[in-house]
Amino acid sequence: MTEEIFQQFRDWIDNRHEYAKEWKERTNKKIIGYLCTYVPEEILYAADMLPVRILGSHEPPTVTEPYIFAMFCHLCRDCLAQGLKGRFNYIDGIVEGQSCLHLRQTFNAWRLHIPTNFAHYIHIPHGIQNPHAIPYLAQELAKFKKTLEDWTGKKITNEGLDKGIKIMNKNRELMRKVHEYRKLDNPKITGIEAMEMVLSSQMVDKQEHSKLLNKLLEELPNRNLNRNPGTRLMIIGSEDDDRVFMKNVEALGATFVIEEHCTGSRYLWDDVVPSEDRLMAIASRYVNRVPCPSKDWPEFTRIQHAVKLAKDFNVQGALVIQNKFCDPHGIEIPPLREALKQVGVQTYPLEFDVTVPWGQFRTRVEAFLETLTGLEELF
Amino acid sequence: MTQKYPIEPLKIWNEAKQLRGKYYENYLAAHELGGLRWAGGAWSFSAIPAGLGEDVYSITGEPHGATIAFFKDFTAKCHDAVEAAGFPRTLCAYMRNYWGSILLDKYIQADGNVVDEHPVPDFIWQDHICCSHAKWYQVARWLEEKKGKKVPMYCVDVSVGYSMDKPLEDYKINYIVQQLNDGIEWLEKVTGRTYNDKLLCEAVWNEINATKIWAEICTLNQTIPAPLDEKTMYSLYVMGTLMKHRPECVDIYRKLKAEVEDRVRRGIAAVANEKYRVITDTQPPWGFLKIFREMEKYGVVSLGSLYTFGLIGMWKYRPDGTWAPKDLPLEKPQTREEAVKMIVEWTVDRPEWAHFYLPEVKTKMILSIVKQWKVDAVLLHYNRGCEGLSVHIAENRHGLVKAGVPVFPFEGNMGDEREFDFPGTLARLTAFFESMGLKKLKE
Repeated sequence: MTEEIFQQFRDWIDNRHEYAKEWKERTNKKIIGYLCTYVPEEILYAADMLPVRILGSHEPPTVTEPYIFAMFCHLCRDCLAQGLKGRFNYIDGIVEGQSCLHLRQTFNAWRLHIPTNFAHYIHIPHGIQNPHAIPYLAQELAKFKKTLEDWTGKKITNEGLDKGIKIMNKNRELMRKVHEYRKLDNPKITGIEAMEMVLSSQMVDKQEHSKLLNKLLEELPNRNLNRNPGTRLMIIGSEDDDRVFMKNVEALGATFVIEEHCTGSRYLWDDVVPSEDRLMAIASRYVNRVPCPSKDWPEFTRIQHAVKLAKDFNVQGALVIQNKFCDPHGIEIPPLREALKQVGVQTYPLEFDVTVPWGQFRTRVEAFLETLTGLEELF
Repeated sequence: MTQKYPIEPLKIWNEAKQLRGKYYENYLAAHELGGLRWAGGAWSFSAIPAGLGEDVYSITGEPHGATIAFFKDFTAKCHDAVEAAGFPRTLCAYMRNYWGSILLDKYIQADGNVVDEHPVPDFIWQDHICCSHAKWYQVARWLEEKKGKKVPMYCVDVSVGYSMDKPLEDYKINYIVQQLNDGIEWLEKVTGRTYNDKLLCEAVWNEINATKIWAEICTLNQTIPAPLDEKTMYSLYVMGTLMKHRPECVDIYRKLKAEVEDRVRRGIAAVANEKYRVITDTQPPWGFLKIFREMEKYGVVSLGSLYTFGLIGMWKYRPDGTWAPKDLPLEKPQTREEAVKMIVEWTVDRPEWAHFYLPEVKTKMILSIVKQWKVDAVLLHYNRGCEGLSVHIAENRHGLVKAGVPVFPFEGNMGDEREFDFPGTLARLTAFFESMGLKKLKE
């Protein structure tokens, strides 16, 4: 049963477009594409819409050359490529929550070149450590809500917002519970499985996803992976949905026991704390969540969080990845590596592109794993 | 060959050069002068720390990064140091130059003189609009802390967007105003000084005047022949990036405006054989400014750029659709409340902020310049060194081509010479000029 559940997560990812088209036909409701996890999906669920995250396909995004200068990250170009190729032709609109210039460019190119009925950019504050960010964001969310209402002609009620908050909180809570099983000496799920669980949650109806998570949580206590977990690794950095890389590294005698990025734990770590003012509650969650480094200043709070994760999940080594040209993550590499080193976690940096040179990476990762496990085996 | 137009050097040149040199010296000597040093970006609300006293000296990061880039040997050392420290080479080039200077513990002045010990600021005062602005100084602070020096940092989030057709909503303005008000309290706390609102009002009014006058100077380049060329403008616009809030900046821009008006009256040209007018869009590869002299060999004058016009200059659209210097507010501010609100409302219209959000805005502004400044072609710098000012550049190219404007795109880096192919770019540029019917003038 457990294997079937993980297979379902994989199928949802591999057949995401078919799923979405079928969902739309079945429900006769709207689907909204979003680029960054700073988009408050609660409000889209409140509007009775399905939010789906736009991600790339890891094919060279040559079709984007006329629209985005190639010094911007592969994620932003790969996402746009999906739109230009018509793979998201079922979405009714696109929404972006301000995170970085890279994805803003994708949003604008999408708005200008791909037929879309609805496009909205939410100016999520960058200064999340200042006390005015939450009330400011609440007003930005009110504007977003009104724009949606004007477009659909349908009021978004408090009951709807409560429903949206509940759907999102439940899904996050269940995934966090699954993550507890990664803390075990012999984790009950692998890193690739965890990634596929989170990725699929960004692609399908969360209510359906949560049902499956409930089943998974019933099954997991009895699961035995029958594999040596090897070295306990963490992966940390830019957006990462490179499943091939994750799988290949875990085949080298390691397990990713935790990750700190937006297709992993960062997506599910924080809930909305319900309050009478629903938009303030949602705003608080998005300001106080584990931040993208683009918003994390003047203090390095994300790095402190990553250090805590490393300790809590008993991490031996961390792969620090940067999507080439991703400035927010690239800037933090030395402070992050130093902070992890101070708690005894060795790190190794890798620069990701739309595809990764696995042949070279394998040698480098193997060498890193050897440094973590000692050299005795050589003699 | 016979010159088409008379040319003569700018009379104000040496004064401008001295002012810039003094700026770097003052920052270095601030503590000896009994004053304070602060570091931050060229776009930071520099009028706010001015309320701490007249002995407060700043170093703005982007011009400093550009100065480093101009001196290639020192730049190479900075990049080596930053890469050895583990930072990717794809990051903002100015930022890497600045960090390199800290890592090397060296300080370069306007004339290229390198002195030991990078002067540590007493505080950091920054704002954040692109992916790097706040992070730049967060890391600068981290680097200083590793050397045992704690530097307090305050950064204002200005990422509230831009509205093409109507003023920004009040809540967006208030968000920035609130942060600045908090910032004033923070400044008092970290410096132990009492804040002087009168100095603030003066500084705000200076900044508003300086940034308007600079736009008026740029407008004079609509004349044929152009009285200024882009390479010369770089040495002049920079005052606004260093000290836009200071009376010296207003003073020199007033003098410059009078001189350029005089050049227009007398028909003095920047390029003696001007026959083809171009503009660029953003920062140049600073180590290769000689490319502008190569253009002159074809009778080409670069009149400036959206960058030189709008990085500091403040503009507006008139009801008739033309682009013109922004009108001054009706009255000088008299209170802290008035001053803070006024500088925020003035700043959020900054042209170079607007196109961070909407590619259509940059295309529209460039097309306005093309029309009003009688421009023949646009050179677009696909600048690997600055993602902020390169954002949407491919969309801008589309917009210009669609409007029938000849466009020459070239790839480079404002601050990392390894990423600019000078001979290759020059060969393509001359081919472009020849395709536009230009021929190399006889020496």
